[in-house]
Amino acid sequence: MRFLQPTTWAEALEARAAHPEAVAIAGGTDVMVAVNFGRLRPPVLLDLTRVAELQEWAPDDGAVRLGAGVPYARVITELGDRLPGLAMAARTIGSPQIRNRGTVGGNLATASPAGDAHPALLAADAEVEVASVRGTRRIPVTDFYTGVKRSALAPDELIAAVRITPPSGPQQYSKIGTRNAMVIAVAAFGLALHPDRGAVGTGIGSAAPTPRRATAAEEFLAGELAGLWESRGELPAATATRFGELVAEASAPIDDVRGTAAYRVHALSVMARRALTWAWAEYRTAKESRPCD
Amino acid sequence: MSAPARTPAGAPGHLTGPAGGGIGTDAQRPDGTLKVRGEFAYGSDLWMEDMLWGVTLRSPHPYARIRSIDVGPALAVPGVHAVLTSDDVPGAKAYGLELADQPVLAVDVVRYQGEPVALVAADHPETARAAAARIVVDYEVWEPVTDAIAALGHPRWNAVHEDDAEVTELSRESAHLHPEGNLVRHLKVRTGDPSPTADVVVVNTYEVGMQDQAFLGPESGLAVPAEDGGVELYVATQWLHVDQRQICSALGLPPEQVRLTLAGVGGAFGGREDLSMHVHACLLALRTGRPVKMSYNREESFFGHVHRHPATMRYEHGATRDGDLVYVKAEIYFDGGAYASSTPAVVGNGGTMGIGPYVVPNVHVDCYGAYTNNPPCGAMRGFGSVQTAFAYESQMDALAAALGMDPVELRCRNAMEQGSTAITGQVIDSPAPVVELLRRLEAMPMPDAAPDDLRHMPGGVSNTTHGEGVRRGVGYAVSYKNVAFSEGFDDYSTARVRLEVVGGEPVATVHTAAAEVGQGLVTVEQQIARTELGVDRVVVHPKDTQVGSAGSTSASRQTYVTGGAVKAACEAVRGQVLARAAELTGRPVGELRLFDGAVVGEGLELPLAEVLGDDAVEETLEWRHRPTEAIDPETGQGFAHVQYAFSAHRAVVDVDTELGLVKVVEMACTQDVGKAINPQAVIGQIQGGTAQGLGLAVMEEILIRDGKVQNPSFTDYLIPTILDMPPMRIEVLEYADPHAPYGLRGVGEAPNISSGPAVLAAIRQATGLPLTRVPVRPEHLTGT
Ligand SMILES: Cc1cc2nc3c(=O)[nH]c(=O)nc-3n(C[C@H](O)[C@H](O)[C@H](O)COP(=O)(O)OP(=O)(O)OC[C@H]3O[C@@H](n4cnc5c(N)ncnc54)[C@H](O)[C@@H]3O)c2cc1C
Repeated sequence: MRFLQPTTWAEALEARAAHPEAVAIAGGTDVMVAVNFGRLRPPVLLDLTRVAELQEWAPDDGAVRLGAGVPYARVITELGDRLPGLAMAARTIGSPQIRNRGTVGGNLATASPAGDAHPALLAADAEVEVASVRGTRRIPVTDFYTGVKRSALAPDELIAAVRITPPSGPQQYSKIGTRNAMVIAVAAFGLALHPDRGAVGTGIGSAAPTPRRATAAEEFLAGELAGLWESRGELPAATATRFGELVAEASAPIDDVRGTAAYRVHALSVMARRALTWAWAEYRTAKESRPCD
Repeated sequence: MSAPARTPAGAPGHLTGPAGGGIGTDAQRPDGTLKVRGEFAYGSDLWMEDMLWGVTLRSPHPYARIRSIDVGPALAVPGVHAVLTSDDVPGAKAYGLELADQPVLAVDVVRYQGEPVALVAADHPETARAAAARIVVDYEVWEPVTDAIAALGHPRWNAVHEDDAEVTELSRESAHLHPEGNLVRHLKVRTGDPSPTADVVVVNTYEVGMQDQAFLGPESGLAVPAEDGGVELYVATQWLHVDQRQICSALGLPPEQVRLTLAGVGGAFGGREDLSMHVHACLLALRTGRPVKMSYNREESFFGHVHRHPATMRYEHGATRDGDLVYVKAEIYFDGGAYASSTPAVVGNGGTMGIGPYVVPNVHVDCYGAYTNNPPCGAMRGFGSVQTAFAYESQMDALAAALGMDPVELRCRNAMEQGSTAITGQVIDSPAPVVELLRRLEAMPMPDAAPDDLRHMPGGVSNTTHGEGVRRGVGYAVSYKNVAFSEGFDDYSTARVRLEVVGGEPVATVHTAAAEVGQGLVTVEQQIARTELGVDRVVVHPKDTQVGSAGSTSASRQTYVTGGAVKAACEAVRGQVLARAAELTGRPVGELRLFDGAVVGEGLELPLAEVLGDDAVEETLEWRHRPTEAIDPETGQGFAHVQYAFSAHRAVVDVDTELGLVKVVEMACTQDVGKAINPQAVIGQIQGGTAQGLGLAVMEEILIRDGKVQNPSFTDYLIPTILDMPPMRIEVLEYADPHAPYGLRGVGEAPNISSGPAVLAAIRQATGLPLTRVPVRPEHLTGT
């Protein structure tokens, strides 16, 4: 096995182009599991951990540009205020060891329907910045997931960063697992309220072949909230319940060892209702001037 | 006996350990520092420069005929040194703990998914795996038998009043997997009135899923061919001598030529009582003339050892209106999977202790163990008692509800005590403080309401509730379990103890074959020698077959039986030393004792160096607990068990009733241990046993579909994390058992038995649901 260790982004992209058979490795928390189970025998490993550009985040043109190689532990400690939904998702991931190694870039490239970053990125309307020697492009995260563990990333591309606009309203992330830590999502739900544009963002995890938004639920809620953003009035319980139902309807889960389809649908409706209730309560009590940079 | 020509790296050394600490103290483990530093060598760390790697080709089918095996393509792979099938097994083709029914390598038929079919040795594990994948096995795939009740041809439940369940005609579900049929054992208990009636009757059926031992150190060992044509095997196991017997039989070699040494064991819990890679590595080593290492990965480990028997149980409890138990009828089915392993003994425990620590005049128990094409099941901590405890304790709660009684009151009213008669007719002849265990639990303060912190909510930081839907429940359960081997088994241990003076300091060396699997027996051996011989320094010799059998590290028995043997050997050594001192001093032996490295008596303190000089005093002896007897096959009556352990739990849970997620808030445990030889180790056993019981109650299950394992990984076979296991309140009682060394009682299993049922009872109280199956899944709590 060859081990390539570029130290600059340009070198990394050249190596990617020169070695189509190479498997990129960031935290290794997906790659090494596959190697251990004998499911992956990469002839070439392309280690991205020495590429400094990938390890940083910075404000950029009103958004946060989060390098693909920033581990979850740093998302939690450094970005909890700017990217609250993603940080909440990061807190649910694995164990301290996994959060120290695992990255959003790795989660995206694996594109598992159960990946915890996805619902938060979907709800926040994130963009994935990918690059190759051919150039750089931005993919709206909604278009990124193309199938079970498949993504819009071309074979010669690497993920450079995700770009996420800091919220104008509250965000929530909830995940069901059958134990209280270190568990793959049975179902997950991300929510972002966007009072600045009167919109709602959602993301569903582990309940369809790919992570997906609950578009009908978003539109329904945006309509219901149209008259409430300004007044910050009480949210009718029936609205939260209906929202939950619509989120559940947007899913297309299966029965597997982790849970039944029926449970996933039920759990999504409960999580979505509760998440909305919490988010709206936070919005109501927040002062008119939300910090947003 | 010839010593191994070369010793592998990672072979165990003498444990010299910290000095000091007799029985009753929190003496430190002699291997503790090594383990904490990551320097302790486990079986998977064994290494020899010229070793080969062995791998196993396993059946992908739960039931199939092998039409042919072509090993040619594997042999053609460069770096491969041997490829073996059952044709290459020189001795007996099958082995087993109780019945020799399990092929070393499949012969014509495979009976479970993962059954070993062929072996490969190569100079690199990757090469060996690649070669194994090239072996061509032509299978004729058969439909598996997957239901234990159907496998016996029994109709479901309507046979409970009959003496023998009616056998329906042989169907596909009951196709015979072994020549004698699918029944491994049927145990009957019959006492009192065969047709009792009662004021209040509760009938329920219960199911317990298949739990895995989930030890952290997978099966590993290294076989080294010896010059005498024999083999040295270094292996992580639970009972060296029962392994040796089976290996000798398969290799066709005498015991002198099959020498075993215990490698570092990373947990066992019963899962290492059966052979795994033992014979395989020896076969490959003898064939190639090279040392052969085999080490399973996590996935293979799930196929490489037996699991806890899943059980289906129907219970009928009858009581007077005042809450006195009148009768219990129970029909218990254990799914033994493809091979017998220790199913007969599991059935023995399940049946003879199947109604719990209660006094009941009329009892009718039928307990069955069946063959199916599911993974083989055998020993696991709690051994047949874990499953029945879920049923009988759930029944006590159901009965209490039917009577409008407090569940603890009902239990106390019917509890065993010293002098009570068990359902086997055996009189409980040592303390049985069931009532006190329960009353002490009741008296403990209750935990506070959950603080406003996600980590204390069901779902934890996954942020699924901020208190919505959460309801608290409290549950109690009590258990009893036999300690040591039962039903007439000649259960003994052997200890060799030497006392000598080294560099002016007295040193005792303890040599037994008792497997240290993490529980701390090596500490106990040192503590006993210190107490009995009055020395500080005690060396623990590596565990091997150069000394006689110690019996199994199971059934909560080693501190009792090997502890008893070490104590007896120390007493014999002491007798010799004191006799010498008596001769030297002219004092009667009766006035002398060993203390602090010297022989002391009235006005006398003679250092051991002066008594022993350059001599070593050594004694080897076998020690037995008092005998038990076989039970009557028709009535289940007899002195079946030598000792009982009792424990009780109170569980407090918070359940998100809308999402079906559980947070266990607190576990409290009371246990009578007779005498805590090492109080800290006792607490460790109670905590660990409790966690394992909690795991079975809420998450741990090997899921099987059509005979195939669905979740052979720690990704999907979940065991409790630190955020699932709550803080504990523990009270340890020490009521001496007059029949046992130091009055001690086996500790390891009892808390594993009462923990899960208490959690289940608490969830039931929180949700109001009947909950008759464990592990409880969110689906059961939400009706989805
Ligand atoms: C014990 C354990 C627990 C886990 N728990 C969770 C959990 O709770 N939730 C969850 O979502 N996941 C979990 N995971 C999975 C894993 O940690 C995450 O998917 C993580 O985000 C992967 O990131 P990584 O940096 O380790 O990726 P790696 O393993 O390094 O790579 C993963 C994939 O991404 C590709 N890749 C990595 N970086 C790039 C890049 N910059 N450009 C292009 N391709 C790239 C790799 O080639 C590979 O295909 C767990 C894993 C383990 C082992």
